[in-house]
Parts: sequence; C-alpha cells; structure tokens
Amino acid sequence: MSTNNNIAQARKLVEQLRIEAGIERIKVSKAAADLMSYCEQHARNDPLLVGVPTSENPFKDKKPCIIL
Amino acid sequence: MGELDVLKKEAETLKTQIETARKAVNDTTMEAASSGVAPAPRIQPKARRTLKGHTAKIYALYWALDNKLMVSGSQDGKLLVWDTHAGILANCVPLKSAWVMTVSFSPSAGLVASGGLDNMCTIVNISGEKPKTMRELDGHDGYVACSRFLSETSILTASGDQTCGLWDLETGKQKQSFLNHVGDCMCVALAEDQNTFISGACDSQAKLWDIRDGQCKQSFIGHTGDINAISYMPNGQAFITGSDDCTLRMFDMRADQEVMCYQNAQPTAGVTSLSLSLSGRLLFAGYDDFNCNIWDSLKGEKIGVLSGHDNRVSCTGIPSDGMCVSTGSWDSFLKIWN
Repeated sequence: MSTNNNIAQARKLVEQLRIEAGIERIKVSKAAADLMSYCEQHARNDPLLVGVPTSENPFKDKKPCIIL
Repeated sequence: MGELDVLKKEAETLKTQIETARKAVNDTTMEAASSGVAPAPRIQPKARRTLKGHTAKIYALYWALDNKLMVSGSQDGKLLVWDTHAGILANCVPLKSAWVMTVSFSPSAGLVASGGLDNMCTIVNISGEKPKTMRELDGHDGYVACSRFLSETSILTASGDQTCGLWDLETGKQKQSFLNHVGDCMCVALAEDQNTFISGACDSQAKLWDIRDGQCKQSFIGHTGDINAISYMPNGQAFITGSDDCTLRMFDMRADQEVMCYQNAQPTAGVTSLSLSLSGRLLFAGYDDFNCNIWDSLKGEKIGVLSGHDNRVSCTGIPSDGMCVSTGSWDSFLKIWN
C-alpha cells in the first residue's frame, strides 16, 4: 500500500535528520582559523604558490642550447 | 494526527533544529576572518606542455601517484596514458564504450578505471604488454560519473542512479551502497584515512558518508544547481565544490555549513572541475566558458586565469607533489601549467 510506503519513507527521513541534527559543531571562527593556519604553515612548500625554479621544473621548456 | 503527520512534523522540527544549530556557530565568515591575511601572489602559470592525441572531447583526467603519468579519457573511445615530463604518449587503452565520464589510476598505476554512459565501471590492467580488461562492475542503474580507487582491490563509484557504491575488485561485487541523494551523483572524494568520503550531486547537495556502514553523516546545502566537482582541502576538515550555478563553495565539516562562496562578478559559466594546490591556498576551477580561473581560497578573490583552450575546460588535476596543474578540454587537448 502506498500509505505504508510513505510512512516508511517518512520514518527514514526522520531517522536521517536525527543523525544529522545530533552532531557537534564548532564555531566558524575556529574553523577559519584552523584553515588559515594550515595554509600558512604549508605555503612555502606549495610549488604553484611560490613558483618553481627553472632548474627544478620537470616541465621546463626543452630548448636547444645555443652557444654564441 | 496520523503517524504520517507526526513524522512530517518531527522532520520539520529537526530541520529547524539543524538550521538553528548552524546559525549558533556562525559567528563570522571566512572572508571576514581572512581579511588580515596577506593576499596571495598574482600568479601567471605558463602552459608548459600541450598533449595532443585525442580526437574528440576530453571528459576526464587523473594523475598517478608518481607525479609523472596522467591518464585522460575522451569520447573518441580511448584512455590515453601520458608521460607528462617527456610530453609523450605512454599507453593507449581502447574502450568498449566511447561514452566515458570518469578515469582514475589505482595507487600503483597498474590499473585504470573508467566509467560512463554504459552504466559500468571498467577496470583495465595496464601493467602488462597489452591492456587487459580485468573487471566490468555492473550494478548501477545509471551512468557512472566518477570512480576513485581506495586500493588495488577496492573502488568507489558515483552514479546517475543517485547512489554511490563501494566495490570489491576481487569478487566484482558491490560491498556497500550509499543511498540518500535525490539527484544524480556526479563526484566523490575520499578522505585520507578512507573511513569517510564526500559526494556531490544534481540535488545541489554535498554529503559526508561513513564508508563502512553506508551511513550519510552530514548534508551540506547552499548550491542552487548540479554539483559537478568536489575536493577536500588538504587539512581534511573542509572541502570545495563546483556547480552549474556558476559558483564554487567551501564547506567546513566541523562547522557543518558553507563558509565561502566564489562567484564571478558576472556569473555566466558553470563550473565543471576544480583542483587545489598543495597548501590549499590556490583553487583552480574549470568553467564552461573555456577558462580556468585561479582563486585565493581563503580570501575569495580571483587572482589569475589560465586561458588557452578553445572549448570548455572539462577537467583539471594537480599531482600529489603539487608541481603543476593540468587541464583537459572539449577542444581535445590537455595542457600542463606552472
């Protein structure tokens, strides 16, 4: 019967919402602080952020060396 | 009141409870919190390699853990494996079905997985002399939009049938299914400890799941369109999503809500793909308008553009050493930038 289906679905929804409602939350200010701290700590090891020296760049352009 | 009415009322009460709890911890925005952070440098990466070989739209790419090999999938019916350092083709895997939407490597790069409109995820062993199909994971009732290996014997899929699936490659059977989205599942990302994963779907929601028991733990709302791409921030506590609603958004899992929205002044192009640099500071996003925008993930400012493709940028990727960003396009080319 479709009514039983609807009830089963509604029960599942309530069950799911109970799980999602029950979690602990931290303040956005704390979350933001942690993110900023992580980015700062790892910044100098981020090649795309600080740039890749040509000598260490595996994708550097392969140009022939012309000696004048 | 009948039982149905009681349940409906309880659902509404719980939804309000969640909203209230989220508001209670919403003491600032990411933008406000980062106002004191020095702006990220305006970087202008150059296209170092253009990989030509596909003859139709590229839909997916994936880096191997060796930071050198990269696999791409195109609707020309092929997976191409590239030695990106040398800029040459290393392997070619012909597909039974040309309608590919996702590709990935196993951790050893000995296996590649592809999936698409054939509703299957196909696992091919490329470590031998010739590519050999090892498994055809058949069980989804819709297209396979994304696949990610947990190990050489386990893979996670996201499907147009609104479910995600965890598969055992030794038996070829689904070990766990993840049911809660009410729209096509488009993308997944695995947490580092592989106990949880996140998914994005056409119901505009992102969800956090427990891999072992299949339980959806958290649902993240905010987007107003299909979520096409999802990626963890490297600190593992937040993630970023890209959507047809033309925005990217950062969600923090411990705060259980959206903390930042990345939107162009004139938002006209949907986001197809995204990748984060090693520190998480730089966010590379591929769009329908042929560009790849570079965002400062903390301050929410656009700081650069990768332009060079003649059609939609459908996929992006950054290898595990963070040395470059690659883009794949409907123009059939892949480019490597740094």
